[in-house]
Amino acid sequence: MNNALMTAKTEEQDRDETLREISDETHIKPYTLNFGPQHPAAHGVLRLVLEMEGEIVERADPHIGLLHRGTEKLIEYKTYTQAIPYFDRLDYVSPMNQEHVFAMSVERLLGITVPDRAQYIRVLFSELTRILNHVLNITTYALDVGAITPSLWGFEEREKGMEFYDRVCGARLHANYFRPGGVRYDMPAGLAQDMWDWTESFPKFLDDLETLLTENRIFKQRTVDIGTVSPDEAVEWGFTGPMLRASGFAWDLRKSQPYEVYDKMDFDIPVGKTGDCYARYLVRMEEMRQSLRIMQQALNEMPAGPVMTDDHKVSPPSRMDMKQSMEAMIHHFKLYTEGYHVPAGETYTAIEAPKGEMGVYLVSDGTNKPYKCHVRAPGFAHLQGLDFMSKGHMLADAVSIIGSMDIVFGEIDR
Amino acid sequence: MSEELLQDLGEHIQEKLPHMVQSSRMQNGELIVEAELSGLVKLMQYLRDDKECQFKMLLDITAVDYPSRPKRFEVVYNMLSMRQNQRVRVKVSIADGETVPSMLGLFKSAGWYEREVYDMYGIVFSGNPDLRRILTDYGFDGHPLRKDFPMTGYVEVVYDPQSQQVVYEPVSLTQDYRNFDFLSPWEGMTDVQLPGDEKAVKPKFGANSAQQSAEDSALIAKK
Repeated sequence: MNNALMTAKTEEQDRDETLREISDETHIKPYTLNFGPQHPAAHGVLRLVLEMEGEIVERADPHIGLLHRGTEKLIEYKTYTQAIPYFDRLDYVSPMNQEHVFAMSVERLLGITVPDRAQYIRVLFSELTRILNHVLNITTYALDVGAITPSLWGFEEREKGMEFYDRVCGARLHANYFRPGGVRYDMPAGLAQDMWDWTESFPKFLDDLETLLTENRIFKQRTVDIGTVSPDEAVEWGFTGPMLRASGFAWDLRKSQPYEVYDKMDFDIPVGKTGDCYARYLVRMEEMRQSLRIMQQALNEMPAGPVMTDDHKVSPPSRMDMKQSMEAMIHHFKLYTEGYHVPAGETYTAIEAPKGEMGVYLVSDGTNKPYKCHVRAPGFAHLQGLDFMSKGHMLADAVSIIGSMDIVFGEIDR
Repeated sequence: MSEELLQDLGEHIQEKLPHMVQSSRMQNGELIVEAELSGLVKLMQYLRDDKECQFKMLLDITAVDYPSRPKRFEVVYNMLSMRQNQRVRVKVSIADGETVPSMLGLFKSAGWYEREVYDMYGIVFSGNPDLRRILTDYGFDGHPLRKDFPMTGYVEVVYDPQSQQVVYEPVSLTQDYRNFDFLSPWEGMTDVQLPGDEKAVKPKFGANSAQQSAEDSALIAKK
C-alpha cells in the first residue's frame, strides 16, 4: 500500500514537471503593441501603446493630440462671435451642444437673458443632437463588435436629423446656430411639423435597433462584464454623462442644475446597475427615448416670439432696420468688426452634452476677445480611464471598451 | 443651487482653514477660493472629505497666464460635489518656475489634466510620475498657451521630396498674420490717452458705458 502511494506521488510529480515544461515552452514574453492611429476601431486618431501579456492587456497608454488644432489659443485671438464656429469643430458629432455651452458662458458674463422661444429651440435642437450622437455611437459600436447592419440603418436615420440641421441653419454639421443671446434664425415654416412627424416615426427605428442588439448573443458576449466601472472609480476618475450613469449615479445636469427650460420638461434619467459596456449601451438607448419625449414637449409648448435678445449691443439688428435706421447700421458694422465687449470676469459653465459634462472656463478682461477659454471635454477624462478599464482584458475587449466610451477626438485633442 | 448656501460654504471653508485660504468670493453665482500654495493639498483634501463639502470630483485643471503679474500663472481647479449639488473653483497663483504639488494622491483624474497644463504652460507638478507632453507633437518645443508664444508657432511640417519624409521647417507665411485691432477708443482702450483728448473725462469701463458708446458711435457716424 505504501508502495502504491509512492508511485501515485511520483506520477503526480511527473505530471507537474511535464506541465511546467509545457508552460515554459509556451510562455510568451510580454510585448508592446501599437494600435492605431489609423485603425477603424480607434474612432479617429487614437494611438494606443498596449503592453500585452499574450492576448491580455497589462497596460494601455493612449497617445492623444494627433488632432490638436490649438482651438483654445485661436479663440484668444478671435472675437466672441468668431469663436462659436470653433466649438462646432470640437465634438463634431454633437456640434450644437458645444455652441450651447459657449453661448451660455458668454451670456452669464454679459448678464443677458435669452427669449423664451430661443430657449425652447435650444432645448429642441440639443435633444435632437443628443439622439444623433447616440445613434452614431451605438451603431458604430455595434460595428466594432461585429454587427454591420445597425450602422447601415442608423446612418439613414441620422441623415434625416441632419436635414433638420440643414433646414434650420443651412449646414448639416457645423451649424454656428446658437449665438450668445439666442439663436441665429427662427425655425422655417413647416419644420416643426416635420420634426414632430420624425419624433413619431423614430421609435420604430429604435425598436428595430433593439431587436438587433439588446438580446443579441454575440453583442452581449462582447459587452456584458467588460470594462466594469464601480461607482467609486467613476467619481475618482471624473467620469460624467452616460459613463457615470451606467455605474449607478442618477446624475444629470439637466435635472440637478437645470438650464434653459429643462426644469419645465418631464423626463426620466436612465441609470445603469452594472457599470459595464452593456449598461452604457442600455443607458444611451433609453436616453434617446427620453430625448424624444423632451423634443415633443418642446415642440408642443414652444411659444411664439423673438429668438434673439433685443439688446443690439450683442445681437445684430434686422436687415429691414438696417435699411432705414442709421443706428442699426452702425450696430451691425460694429458687431461684425469689433464685436461686443464682455465685462471683466470669469465663469465655469457646464451643460449635459451627449458625452457627459461639457464645460467652458471663460476669462474675460473687458475687451472684445476672450482672455482665456478652456474647454472641459468629457471624453478627455473618459479616455484617461481606459488604462484601468482595459487592464486584464483581452485585446478585442479593449476595442469594445473604447467604443462604449463614445470618444470623439475633436473634443479630446481640441 | 442657491447662492446663499454656496456663500456660506465659502465662509465655512475660510473659517476652518484660515492659513490655507487667501480669500473666497462669489462671482456670477460661482464660488472662487484663492488658496495658498503651501496649503493647497490640505485644502483640496478638506474639500473632498469634509461632510459639508464632499467635492469628490475633480472635473478640470487649467491655468491662466498673466505675464504682467509677479506671480505669473494662476492654476485653476474646478470641483463638483454631487452630494451637495455645488461647484467650487480653487485658484492658486505661482511664479514662473515654481512647482505645484500634484493632486494625483487625492484624485485619480488629475493625471492627464496636470499633463495638459504642463504641456500648455510649462508648469511642473511635483509628485506626478508621468509628466509627459500630451497634446502637442512628440519632441515639441515651447508651451503654446503662454501669452508670449506666437499664435502661428515657430515651426511647420512639410514633405521633403528628397529625403522622402515629413520634416520640420521654420514657419513661413506668404502673408503676415493680421491681427486687426478693432477696439474702439471709447470702450476698450481706456488707459490710452488719445492726442487731443487730454481734457476729456475718462469714460466708464465695460458694459455700463454701453449707452454712452451708442451715443458716441452715433455722433461719430454723423460727423
